Amino acid sequence: MALQSLDIKRRSATTTPSPSQRQTQEVLKLIDVSKCIGCKACQVACMEWNDTRDAIGANHGVYDNPMDLTENSWTVMRYAELELEQGKLEWLIRKDGCMHCAEPGCLKACPAPGAVVQYSNGIVDFHEENCIGCGYCITGCPFNIPRLSKKDSKVYKCTLCSDRVAAGLEPACVKTCPTGAIVFGSKEDMIRHAEERVVDLKSRGFANAGIYNPQGVGGTHVIYVLQHADRPEVYCGLPRNPSIGPMVELWKGAAKPLASLGLAMVVAGAAFHYVTKGPNEVSAEIEKEFEDEK
Amino acid sequence: MKNDPNKILRYTPFERANHWLAAISFILLALSGLAFFHPAFYPLTQLFGGGVWTRILHPFIGVLMCLSFGVMFFNYRKLNVMTPADREWLSHVREMVDGDDRHMPEAGKFNGGQKLLFWLLVASMALLVLSGIVIWRSYFAFLFPAAVIRLASVVHAVAATVMIALIIFHIYAAIWTKESIDAMLYGHVRRAWAKQHHTAWFRQMMGGDK
Ligand code: HEM
Ligand code: SF4
Repeated sequence: MALQSLDIKRRSATTTPSPSQRQTQEVLKLIDVSKCIGCKACQVACMEWNDTRDAIGANHGVYDNPMDLTENSWTVMRYAELELEQGKLEWLIRKDGCMHCAEPGCLKACPAPGAVVQYSNGIVDFHEENCIGCGYCITGCPFNIPRLSKKDSKVYKCTLCSDRVAAGLEPACVKTCPTGAIVFGSKEDMIRHAEERVVDLKSRGFANAGIYNPQGVGGTHVIYVLQHADRPEVYCGLPRNPSIGPMVELWKGAAKPLASLGLAMVVAGAAFHYVTKGPNEVSAEIEKEFEDEK
Repeated sequence: MKNDPNKILRYTPFERANHWLAAISFILLALSGLAFFHPAFYPLTQLFGGGVWTRILHPFIGVLMCLSFGVMFFNYRKLNVMTPADREWLSHVREMVDGDDRHMPEAGKFNGGQKLLFWLLVASMALLVLSGIVIWRSYFAFLFPAAVIRLASVVHAVAATVMIALIIFHIYAAIWTKESIDAMLYGHVRRAWAKQHHTAWFRQMMGGDK
């Protein structure tokens, strides 16, 4: 969503600097999976603040509802049951949604100028009025987050409540979380807090507790504290080493300006050929043979 | 001019109409596709009524071109089978580019270069259609896993670049070889032109060898 902005760090499909006179503090949302009770208050708060409503779906016999992110459900709780040790069931509940990567694959892939922006505070936001609905961002995203609306062919995802944050408020999910599993603040503060949480979890027997702040995408502005940071996949398929990936790098990297230059060279080469070698005409001898024709 | 009995029919009205249908759709495809290719070309979306319209129209024009090109493929595939003479022609291509065709082997209706171009275009078109369908978000992309869509995006961009380069070359060859555009516009060519550029075809048309 759009907010009049003076602090845009990066803008999709834009080769000149974006308005960036104002420098804001880098923010971070910390989701402590070990503290989450799966109440979905955040899911509700997100819909309430953003005023989106999902269609009432079907019960699939599990807590996940809706089963996946949609253009109206920008965050969903994902429930995994894990038995690492016999008889010791763990219920791992992960709040899924946009990770607000420092190197966003969606922004890199988007062909429409200004449809994806990254603010200097780290939030990655879609400006739907510039979106053309091609879905390249979905192709570029290492976390499978953006959803294309069937209603208007625009993509939607978590904004990290960029509107609230711009006004000095915390995101709606943070505001509502009853256990303090979601906290929000400056990047340094949140990293420090996460480190403390890891120490605490380790002291409680979670030897592999750790922070999920994947460096393959330059770190994220939504980070998790995980009980089993050595096995992120067990949290409903959290990718172990997310990155923009070689295919998207190839598709969106230096190859394109080079290819454009190559095409320009083909045109230039043709023009030079014409002026240096001249046209390819019927020879005089053959013309003579068919004099009647002219 | 049209009824000049001395001229030889090179392309029927149907062939000509279909060629220009493919040509126009190709140009529209290249302009609309390039708009998404790099921000420098994004202003091309204005030709199609904005970014959203460009996104909507491009794949449908692609389907149109694919049909029209498919007809050309079936019409010309036999005429484009490479023969030893064509390989010989291709090995002398440097002389041809230099503007000296005295030692070029006799070409049939299409010369070795045209045949090579034909097959490269067929390959590019096939890759473009297949990858284009995979990345067509409104209707088909949801059928494919992300890794396949990423690969198809690269394939589509690469094949489009190759095809645009080939077509620039094709257009230039038509401009360079005087009177060949007339063949595609009006259908008939002068006998002198035919003898000069497609000697074997010329003889065949004049009732020479079979
Ligand atoms: C059946 C044929 C084709 C289909 C279904 C198709 C479909 C698509 C789709 C869905 C896109 C993504 C953008 C959009 O939604 O419009 C695209 C991009 C593109 N298309 Fe096609 N297309 C076809 C043929 C062609 C042809 C013949 C060309 C050659 C000029 C071409 C050139 C491009 C280019 C340059 C892009 C941008 C690629 C990028 O940024 O990576 N397409 N095409
Ligand atoms: S769907 Fe919209 S935001 Fe996503 S890449 Fe296309 S234009 Fe950009």
